Amino acid sequence: MASIHPPRIDPGFGVYVHWPFCLSKCPYCDFNSHVRRNPIDEERYVEAFQVEIAHRAKLTRSRKVASVFFGGGTPSLMKPQTVEAILRSIADHWAIEPNAEITLEANPSSVEADRFRGYRAAGVNRVSLGVQALNDADLRALGRLHNREEALAALSTAVSIFDRASFDLIYARPGQTVDQWRRELGEALILAPEHLSLYQLTIEPDTMFERLERAGKLSLPTVDTQRDLWEATQDMMGKAGMPAYEISNHARPGAESRHNLIYWRYGEYVGIGPGAHGRVVGPKGRRAQATEKHPEMWLTCVETEGHGLVEDEALSIEEQGDEFLLMGLRLTEGIDPGRFQALTGKSLAPSRVADLIAHGLVEYTREGRLRVSAEGFPVLDAVVADLAA
Amino acid sequence: MTTHPIANIRNFSIVAHIDHGKSTLADRLIQTTGGLAERDMVEQVLDSMEIERERGITIKAQTVRLDYKAKDGKTYILNLMDTPGHVDFAYEVSRSLAACEGSLLVVDASQGVEAQTLANVYHALDAGHEIVPVLNKIDLPAAEPDRIKQQIEDVIGLDASNAVPISAKTGLGIPDVLEAIVTRLPPPKGDETAPLKALLVDSWYDSYLGVVVLVRVIDGSLRKGQKIMMMGADAHYDIDRIGVFRPKMESVETLGPGEVGFITAQIKQVADTRVGDTITDEKRHCAEALPGFKPAQPVVFCGLFPVDAADFEELRAAMGKLRLNDASFSYEMESSAALGFGFRCGFLGLLHLEIIQERLHREFNLDLIATAPSVIYKIHMTNGDVFEMHNPVDMPDVVKIDHIEEPWIRATILTPDDYLGAVLKLCQDRRGTQVDLNYVGKRAMVTYDLPLNEVVFDFYDRLKSISKGYASFDYAITDYREGDLVKMNILVNAEPVDALSMLVHRTRADSRGRSMVEKLKELIPPHMFQIPIQAAIGAKIIARETVRALRKDVTAKCYGGDATRKRKLLEKQKEGKKRMRQFGKVEIPQEAFIAALKMDS
Repeated sequence: MASIHPPRIDPGFGVYVHWPFCLSKCPYCDFNSHVRRNPIDEERYVEAFQVEIAHRAKLTRSRKVASVFFGGGTPSLMKPQTVEAILRSIADHWAIEPNAEITLEANPSSVEADRFRGYRAAGVNRVSLGVQALNDADLRALGRLHNREEALAALSTAVSIFDRASFDLIYARPGQTVDQWRRELGEALILAPEHLSLYQLTIEPDTMFERLERAGKLSLPTVDTQRDLWEATQDMMGKAGMPAYEISNHARPGAESRHNLIYWRYGEYVGIGPGAHGRVVGPKGRRAQATEKHPEMWLTCVETEGHGLVEDEALSIEEQGDEFLLMGLRLTEGIDPGRFQALTGKSLAPSRVADLIAHGLVEYTREGRLRVSAEGFPVLDAVVADLAA
Repeated sequence: MTTHPIANIRNFSIVAHIDHGKSTLADRLIQTTGGLAERDMVEQVLDSMEIERERGITIKAQTVRLDYKAKDGKTYILNLMDTPGHVDFAYEVSRSLAACEGSLLVVDASQGVEAQTLANVYHALDAGHEIVPVLNKIDLPAAEPDRIKQQIEDVIGLDASNAVPISAKTGLGIPDVLEAIVTRLPPPKGDETAPLKALLVDSWYDSYLGVVVLVRVIDGSLRKGQKIMMMGADAHYDIDRIGVFRPKMESVETLGPGEVGFITAQIKQVADTRVGDTITDEKRHCAEALPGFKPAQPVVFCGLFPVDAADFEELRAAMGKLRLNDASFSYEMESSAALGFGFRCGFLGLLHLEIIQERLHREFNLDLIATAPSVIYKIHMTNGDVFEMHNPVDMPDVVKIDHIEEPWIRATILTPDDYLGAVLKLCQDRRGTQVDLNYVGKRAMVTYDLPLNEVVFDFYDRLKSISKGYASFDYAITDYREGDLVKMNILVNAEPVDALSMLVHRTRADSRGRSMVEKLKELIPPHMFQIPIQAAIGAKIIARETVRALRKDVTAKCYGGDATRKRKLLEKQKEGKKRMRQFGKVEIPQEAFIAALKMDS
């Protein structure tokens, strides 16, 4: 098992595959997910995925794939053959590292758990389950289609089938108290495989929750309670030996999501499928890529143009500096100031860094990396804005 | 073309409260006498500035010449002089009135006499005007012409028995107004053979013609090509063009005694012409200048700073352009630790301040921060020196000050009885002393002496709000009185913010300081550390609040490597930071300055 070893120059290369469909839209979700009444023509999508993979591989042929991640939407709605065909196509175009991490996001319903063996056979070696809550009332409130019992069953199936498993919980839910959350998180820790993603609920624009909140029908915890929930989370996870390695992600040492580390360490990745993002270094520097979000339009795009990219732009050094900071400072390992300098040609404003250190919000590690302190993490966005200004 | 027989000239102005129909009546008079074709009529012809039309106020004096064939068969020349209606422009009003022999007093037949009407009608009486009362809006169901006539007699002491009932809106009674002007107002007096003597009524900048000067000839005559002299400014010019307004500019050969018109004479800026000055012939001077000339004196000051520091040069250029057309507005460069470079500006009053600010915003597209308005304080030093201070930043060390004097005003407020209690309390709270209180029908007329520094601070807004908009207000500066004034500093994160410091009366410091820090507490966004906000007099803290440190500010989840979206948010955040004023370690949004300075005490 590869361990987390920060000062690596090359954070590795990953492939992100987006499956944009869900059975229903969750009220908090603003991701690129779509609900379709008619069955999805997966064969047609597979062909389109193959075309996009070939397209992306042209620029990145020499890279070795360290990780593949199926995200969504709900990738566990895909037939295992679809997953297998996509993985085969990836292997046809790039070299794959021997112990590459192949993750698939799955919903913990019984129907989907039945497909886990198929995914395993296709090459998936890690699942990330969208459990979100461990009680039925909150699961309903979050618009999830599974119940507690199904979630627990799916989790134990996953653990028995895959090498590695993780699950997500959302906290700071409407009406949630610190005590309730401590109990729930305690139970999660008993179930916890090796990795847990614990996301604070945030109300995103154009979601059902946002409309409810504006109508005054959502009683979210106060900012102070949110802070207390955060503290409780850090406290319990630390004591359980699963400290945060990223602001919302916890793992036993060595069990971190390698794929997500590529993003946060500002490595290279390509995005395949509708509404997928990529960052690749071309002859003229780092490029930001994004594909058409709408699934059917993406299909048409790929079938006529040979790719689904609607955005493929060189990033300015300022933009690269911003992205490097906002991704890297999410990690407890922090950033290498030397790399910031190399990317942008300038150093971080010493007075701002000094102020933030004086306020106890950032700190230098012995290796000379700059990282956000335990005190700074709850206000990370403000710290990043300050450093990036 | 000869000048007109002086007996057939009538010069008049219209005195009215805002909304009582002055502009509509003027439009109607112009229309009825054929001054303007129907298709050229826009509402409120005389208020040519956009801002004038919108706010229903007149800033610049304007005039229109009407030809009227009266019932006696003779044709009369009527000069309607539209005067600025607001107290800030009292001096301009007095000059416009000096150019006329009579006034129409327009009173809304349901609302009656207002404080502003009162002030202006007294100005007209002071100018020796014959006054014809006109009751407007008599077509409205709420009109009570008899009650209002009685009120005019009681309050102003004018015979209102033959007041002319009209509806400017429908045109009812307009012919009667024209007849009353001819028969009841006197013609001007003047000697055509005497040396030229003309009153400079107003002037403005026209981008095609340069400075246009509005004049009233008293004696002698003005001719094209004539060499003239402005006696007060001691400046000499050749007249290029001479004419009248109908209301469009129309050239004439001469203007004789009693006539009103304009001249242009290669004058570069309005500041070269002084309202109230006497114009005479360069070679043949009149014996003495007209009385009452005085240069405009700003009474209210504030700092104006560009929200975006990069706009400073643009602001400087805009101020120069405004100054071309408004000599009463003054400015000089100022720098503030909190707000950067800007200008200290002087105004005739609060409305003037607001108008300039709004014109800078509208005509020049500049976003500005205005600091707290200040008046002119007279600082008496222990060594006997006295100096005038109009910026709290210039306050000397208190141990060197013997005492401070501040300007006082006499305010007249008319209010419906229901709000009298609240109005009295407001005046009392603002250190006022009551001079008089009596009733005009159902309305109370209150006279108060008040320190101007209490009035420049949102007094008018408060008055409007406590009286639901019914109270009307007018004032005149009376004298300087000694006051126990102290400089109050606002400290943000232990550093004084110069733009927020102000002079306040000692008895008012606590409440002003408290409300200021409370307001700032709401306006300064939480930072990553807590921020004390204090009000202090010298070393003594009189009020304190704390902006709590930010508790939570995290994007919990980054979706599938989508760094773009997060970056866009970060860029927005950085853009927002640019719109803040970095003050020590604290970023203060400019809205905080604007709102804190607008506060209600």
